[in-house]
Amino acid sequence: MGLYDIAFYIISAITVLAAVGVVAARNPVHAVLFLILAFFNAAGLMVLMGAEFLAMLLVVVYVGAVAVLFLFVVMMLDVDFVRLRQGFAQYLPAGLVGAIVLLVEMLVVTQAAKDIRQPMVAELRHPENVRAIGYELYTDYAFYFQACGIILLIAMIGAIVLTLRHHPNVRRQNIARQVGRRREDSMEIVSVKTGSGVEE
Amino acid sequence: MMDVLVQQLFFAGAEVWLAVMAMVLLVVGAFVGNRATAAISYASVLVLAAAVAFIIGLNGHPRVSLFGGAISTDALANFGRIMVFVTAALAIVLGDRWMKRVGLQKFEYPVLMLLAALGMSVMVSANSLISLYLGIEMQSLALYVLAAFSRDNPKSSEAGLKYFVLGALSSGLLLYGISLIYGFTGQVGFAEIANALPTSSKVGVVFGLVFMLAGLAFKVSAAPFHMWTPDVYEGAPTPVVAFFSSAPKLAAMILTARVLTEGFALATPEWQQVLIVIAVLSMIFGSFGGLVQGNIKRLLAYSSIANMGFALVGLAAGTAAGVQSVLIYMVIYMLTSLGLFAGLLVTARQGRPLESFEDFAGLAKVRPGLALVMTLLLFSAAGIPPLAGFWGKFFVFKAALDAGLVWLAVIGVVLSVIAAFYYLKLIKVMWFDEGDRPVDGIAWDAGLVALAMALFVGPISWFVLPVLEPWALRAAAILF
Amino acid sequence: MAALLLEYLPIVVFMALATILGLGFILAAAIVAPSNPDAEKVSAYECGFNAFDDARMKFDVRFYLVAILFIIFDLEVAFLFPWATSLMDMPKDVSIFAFWSMMVFLGVLTVGFVYEWKKGALEWE
Repeated sequence: MGLYDIAFYIISAITVLAAVGVVAARNPVHAVLFLILAFFNAAGLMVLMGAEFLAMLLVVVYVGAVAVLFLFVVMMLDVDFVRLRQGFAQYLPAGLVGAIVLLVEMLVVTQAAKDIRQPMVAELRHPENVRAIGYELYTDYAFYFQACGIILLIAMIGAIVLTLRHHPNVRRQNIARQVGRRREDSMEIVSVKTGSGVEE
Repeated sequence: MMDVLVQQLFFAGAEVWLAVMAMVLLVVGAFVGNRATAAISYASVLVLAAAVAFIIGLNGHPRVSLFGGAISTDALANFGRIMVFVTAALAIVLGDRWMKRVGLQKFEYPVLMLLAALGMSVMVSANSLISLYLGIEMQSLALYVLAAFSRDNPKSSEAGLKYFVLGALSSGLLLYGISLIYGFTGQVGFAEIANALPTSSKVGVVFGLVFMLAGLAFKVSAAPFHMWTPDVYEGAPTPVVAFFSSAPKLAAMILTARVLTEGFALATPEWQQVLIVIAVLSMIFGSFGGLVQGNIKRLLAYSSIANMGFALVGLAAGTAAGVQSVLIYMVIYMLTSLGLFAGLLVTARQGRPLESFEDFAGLAKVRPGLALVMTLLLFSAAGIPPLAGFWGKFFVFKAALDAGLVWLAVIGVVLSVIAAFYYLKLIKVMWFDEGDRPVDGIAWDAGLVALAMALFVGPISWFVLPVLEPWALRAAAILF
Repeated sequence: MAALLLEYLPIVVFMALATILGLGFILAAAIVAPSNPDAEKVSAYECGFNAFDDARMKFDVRFYLVAILFIIFDLEVAFLFPWATSLMDMPKDVSIFAFWSMMVFLGVLTVGFVYEWKKGALEWE
């Protein structure tokens, strides 16, 4: 058993335990922290496979942004986790059946694993991961790349359509108006006759 | 390199045009605001019409593979695109008018519809597993948002959330399947997979295929992956549901047909089994589930589940005639379903939409025209000859019989008789039940759509079917 | 393969140090620090009071909107990285294509950005 195998078994063991932790943790904040641990170790597995860029991306995007957003949600939001758990026992049998089916299927597939013909990381034109992706993604795979752009655009529109609300009673600073204001707009010199006051 | 690119962009003209115009309209909307909604809606309809005209112009052109085999322009893709764009245009008109009435008008609605249509267009022309996935995601993401569009309505938010969570789950299944297939065949393009199949591990590929089919079944709401359908249909805004029940299903059906026949022709016996199971379950759940529903939108959700089952019977045949029958069936189902949902939008009681059986009681006395239109559509959905719905079922069951799936066709016929019961029940409620409470005025846009669809399933279909049949056959022949 | 792993040796050492130090401080505190709790000592001060309510509450969805928009642009930047590293090593005509391919991608997201901006999604009220 070489260095590689030792690293693989340690990292994958931590990944699996962390995943169990996500489901089993009583405190939702702990669950998210376990999730972050699982992400980190998944990134470690990707490094072992040689997909370094994806590993770093996983850390930056999932750990850095997505998981932190999750954490924000569970820490701040008024969600009754006790009530959320109530249905757990009721759905457990169905979930177990699904899980067992998946497990059996995966075991069968691993029997065929020796026939996997695509190496975990494809033969690269360039030894460096990032560059290898760069050579392919923006040229041969340009269509998929642009499709990703459109999908991100839809996500943006969706987030705004579903959440943005304008509060009507908020005063905003309009800098252009503020700067463009002249003396004549706000001041007027009137000569007032004694005893008659100013008329509008 | 440049002229190759220009040529490729030309053949992907419909997609490029939709994407560019969706962005232009989005920016216009952002600058002008919701005042421009009606204008943007009609502009979107024109954009879709131009796309349809362009595709009709390409008609008869041999298959062109684009962008390194990501998508292709061929008869099947063009068939799908035209149908998707037409339904999207109808849904935009229906939705825009309806949202104006309920005070929900937003310019994002037509833009999201255009982007959803773009996603479906990628789906129907996908030639590789990556574009399959990206097309589905593009479409679904826009649809999740549309489902929750009336965001102050808790039911609509719930519909959007359920659709999103289960959709994400199905995307996970799909991706897992895709990764298995990629791992065992070493390819992502459909044609390349077909070439690699004889030397690949059968177990691995079949398991990947099963996962992928599960993911696709989610998208067409076929049993046993149909749980989201009734809730989403009930909660989402009705014009959006009209769209849900039509174009995305056609796109997913065409995609399924293409990936199975182009990529996995050698594994036909394997996927045939899976499709038969899914088809039978969908027909059973759809037919029996619909019997106990009190809400018409839920009823139509079960009806769509059952209809997916019938369509899958045709696909399970695994022949060109089978795919042809699926295309014909889906077009007829789509238009019938659009008509039925438009019918739900036609009138209301004091602003509350008609959604339950009691709401429809005695409708024939107050709105005989609407009742007649609905009756025609429901008879067609039930498969009563000589309406279009009958011919759809006829083609599907005939394809199954010709492929030797006699018992599957028999089950289909029996269950379609059971499903007919709930359509007939609604007709009975409309014509013979007591209840002559007044209803609000007629919404003419929805009324016209419903009327047009009713005329389609009736007399027009007799003239359209002789054209549709060879057209669908030409489209299906691409795959074999 | 081992060479690749060796490149990550500093990270492994770093992780190990972090774990050892972290655990060390916790253990040291548990072992060395005096600890004689009694009921009075661990209860709230007499001038303080127990919390009335849960710390969780309804939060303006605006926070999430900003976070989600951030994630989208985060992904956009992730796409920029391989592009920036590989563009200059490509053959000329390929690199021109790759350059414009990225420009189109950025254009699409700029459209989204213009939309966000005009909608006022980036304004804090």
